[in-house]
Amino acid sequence: MKDLLQAARKGDKRALARLVTLLEDDPSLAPALLEGEGEWPFPGLVLGVTGPPGVGKSTFVSALVGKSRRKDPAGKVAVLAVDPTSPYTGGALLGDRVRMMEHSGDEGVFIRSFANRGLLGGLAPGIRAVLRLLGATGWDLVLLETVGVGQSEVDAASVADLTAVLLAPGQGDGIQMLKAGLLEAADLFVVHKADLPGAERVASEIEAALDLSEPGPRGRPPVLLVSSARGRGLEEFLEALDRRRAELKGPIEERRRRAAREDARRLVLDRASARLARALEGEEGLLEDLLEGRAGLDEAVLRILRNALDRGGKEEGERT
Amino acid sequence: MTKYRILLGKAGLDGHDRGARYVAHILRDAGFEVIYTGIRRTPEQIVEAALQEDADALGLSLLSGAHMVIFKKVLDLLEERGARDILVFGGGTIPPADVDALKKMGVKAVFTPGTPAAVIVAELKRLLSEKGKR
Repeated sequence: MKDLLQAARKGDKRALARLVTLLEDDPSLAPALLEGEGEWPFPGLVLGVTGPPGVGKSTFVSALVGKSRRKDPAGKVAVLAVDPTSPYTGGALLGDRVRMMEHSGDEGVFIRSFANRGLLGGLAPGIRAVLRLLGATGWDLVLLETVGVGQSEVDAASVADLTAVLLAPGQGDGIQMLKAGLLEAADLFVVHKADLPGAERVASEIEAALDLSEPGPRGRPPVLLVSSARGRGLEEFLEALDRRRAELKGPIEERRRRAAREDARRLVLDRASARLARALEGEEGLLEDLLEGRAGLDEAVLRILRNALDRGGKEEGERT
Repeated sequence: MTKYRILLGKAGLDGHDRGARYVAHILRDAGFEVIYTGIRRTPEQIVEAALQEDADALGLSLLSGAHMVIFKKVLDLLEERGARDILVFGGGTIPPADVDALKKMGVKAVFTPGTPAAVIVAELKRLLSEKGKR
């Protein structure tokens, strides 16, 4: 795994892609992989891009990649695009890349599609670990495109440094966006497809909604009109992004610290629950006693937990 | 949990992607993670996408008659990038004689029009489990 990391750092995208797969399948590999890489490597900036389906998130992300690469050719840009897994079959059709193929010859761009594998909140398993991998391999800007649900995307805001919320004309009235924290999650608003009629009205609806709400600790988000199809407004978006990044330096650092704590907490819980699941498999007899009334529930639970911890400790010892 | 990832692409000027989309849907419904890359791509774009997506298999749909050239190009590019372990398969209007030639070249399966969905799914599952997850 360390060899792959070395290769990925030298720009080998296949090595990087392999590591992403490993972390996606088992995020608990991250500590071993990133051991000795500084505490919690983060990419330069992680921008979450969220909004309802059909608002043009992938097109916007692709246009932003192009603009950002032209503006700063030394800055490497990675895209993580999440699409839903079918709850019926477990399969997924990942189509975000269709809108991003023009960048495939660009050495400084890495694009990866993720299936959310049933995870709610707009992200996919392993995304947190993958962000740290991208930090350890020197990516300057990461665009994190969430599942287009639009009303439950708050998780994305907890792993991104800044979040852009996209809306577009003809996507329902302004009340929709007041729901479920979308307004609070936004550090920047984008009225996308601004070449279509009605864009100005969407922008003024957002401004009106912002007028009504108390400005949070992150301040009032700017509202930008962008047409990716016409290439308009992207320059202004990047300028606004730079301004927000400077304004929110403190909150971004605080959010990263919180994200690191959350990573650590999840790693402990994940390992503990895997260990307990293994321990339970070996306690069929005890569970049987319990069901037959030969043992008390409280006593049985305590005994299983104790056994799991003792045995788990030994297993961990054997592994290292 | 490990899922097989299959990337589908259409190279060249042929823009008829009904077949490719149909295959994308049946593979999704069979539990695969399918990455669809759209129409009119170059072999270079498709191979690069397959590497970045860490695809287990790469499927090309061709109706233009250019299959002998394009499959060769894709296989060569994979070889160049040290990625011949990615399973390559294809579909579309490909004459039987060319199917044999493609298989000799290294294309593992070719599904011509009329192949039942179940056959495509079963064959890919068999080939992928033979190859194994890395």
